Amino acid sequence: MSVLPAQLAEIQEDFLALEQKDRLLLLLEFANDLPELPQKFQDHPDLLERVVECQSPVFIFVDVDAAGTFHLHATAPRESPTTRGFASILAHGLDGLSAEQVLAVPDDYPQSIGLSEAVSPLRLRGMSAMLGRAKRQLRERLS
Amino acid sequence: MSAPFDSTEKFAAYAHPARLVSTDWLAEHRGDAGLVVVESDEDVLLYEVGHIEGSVKIDWHTDLNDKVNRDYIDGAAFAALMSAKGIARDSTVVIYGDKSNWWAAYALWVFTLFGHEDVRLLDGGRTKWLAEEREITATASPVTPTDYPVIARNDLPIRAFKNDVLAHFGNPLIDVRSDEEYSGARTTMPAYPEEGALRGGHIPTAASVPWARAAATDSTFRTRAELDAIYRTEAGLADGDDVIAYCRIGERSSHTWFVLTHLLGFEKVRNYDGSWTEWGNAVAVPIAVGTEPGTAPRR
Repeated sequence: MSVLPAQLAEIQEDFLALEQKDRLLLLLEFANDLPELPQKFQDHPDLLERVVECQSPVFIFVDVDAAGTFHLHATAPRESPTTRGFASILAHGLDGLSAEQVLAVPDDYPQSIGLSEAVSPLRLRGMSAMLGRAKRQLRERLS
Repeated sequence: MSAPFDSTEKFAAYAHPARLVSTDWLAEHRGDAGLVVVESDEDVLLYEVGHIEGSVKIDWHTDLNDKVNRDYIDGAAFAALMSAKGIARDSTVVIYGDKSNWWAAYALWVFTLFGHEDVRLLDGGRTKWLAEEREITATASPVTPTDYPVIARNDLPIRAFKNDVLAHFGNPLIDVRSDEEYSGARTTMPAYPEEGALRGGHIPTAASVPWARAAATDSTFRTRAELDAIYRTEAGLADGDDVIAYCRIGERSSHTWFVLTHLLGFEKVRNYDGSWTEWGNAVAVPIAVGTEPGTAPRR
């Protein structure tokens, strides 16, 4: 069994340590903290892939830099904070990992951070879809 | 105690003008004794981002649905929820939300299952309030708990179950999903999570009227004349009809239920909340595919 990378484990612990309603506020903090797209992607919207499983327009793009470390970029509208929060958790949680580490992240990570009750399992599917698409994009980049 | 009604001219043409308030009306009356403003959104975090000052949040998924059964909460849970939100049995409740009040209409429909008498929608919802650059706050509103009575849910008048639909053929059905869902080309709304229907298509004889046609671009409801043209002239509904509306899980059809019941005055409209996630998975029920309504099964 693989060990969860430290930054994902830390996000998980942070959520699980909170009461349900405070978990929502932490998710909102993540939403407000979604990094802006780097300029090179702002100029190339064609590189971004829409996550159609999500309820609002969210686009992601994975990037492996020269040192072999992984970055996830995402953009979603301000009026869709839940979707922004999901994207931000993954952008922060996966950033700087190796490709192997990203591919080894359990697919049920979104269900493991204590948001099922606060947000509802149905809404969490959007985050699972983002993780799945990020991994698929990464596999395509590596092949 | 009931808040005064909004005498906006557009509303006067609707069957039940008292069911709507305008943003101007709400700006003037919010804070009135006996009035509680409720925000109900698709996005569970929007209230935390910012809401109309004094409003409380009710979430369709985490507050209104039973946690175990695929059903709504019962009378005791509804009473506890109302108490926690500071709503009394005689409060005037004004609900608003994102996406043209789609989830706000769903909440209003659930309030109606419990017979809460004075419950209204803010025409244009959250979108219009923000577009007019009206004030919002991120601070949760203080609530004084109420003593709300336990009222048994009365599903019969406005809620249809699968067997009701099977017995309904020959009467009008309105499918409010997207064209692709209606034809069976897809089982979920464009850009929405797959909710796991095994079959695509629609309930035979259902007319296709996607819910959002009832909303104008500024998220307000279309005028009486525009709605009559859609539902009476085009979809063929007539006074006295017994109508069932459905969608995927009963949310979008709550919006249509509100339009048919309160704006157009149809007296027997039910929402089939089992909708396509039940019908599209049920064994041995009839399904029609393609863009035509299809014919009723022989009984």
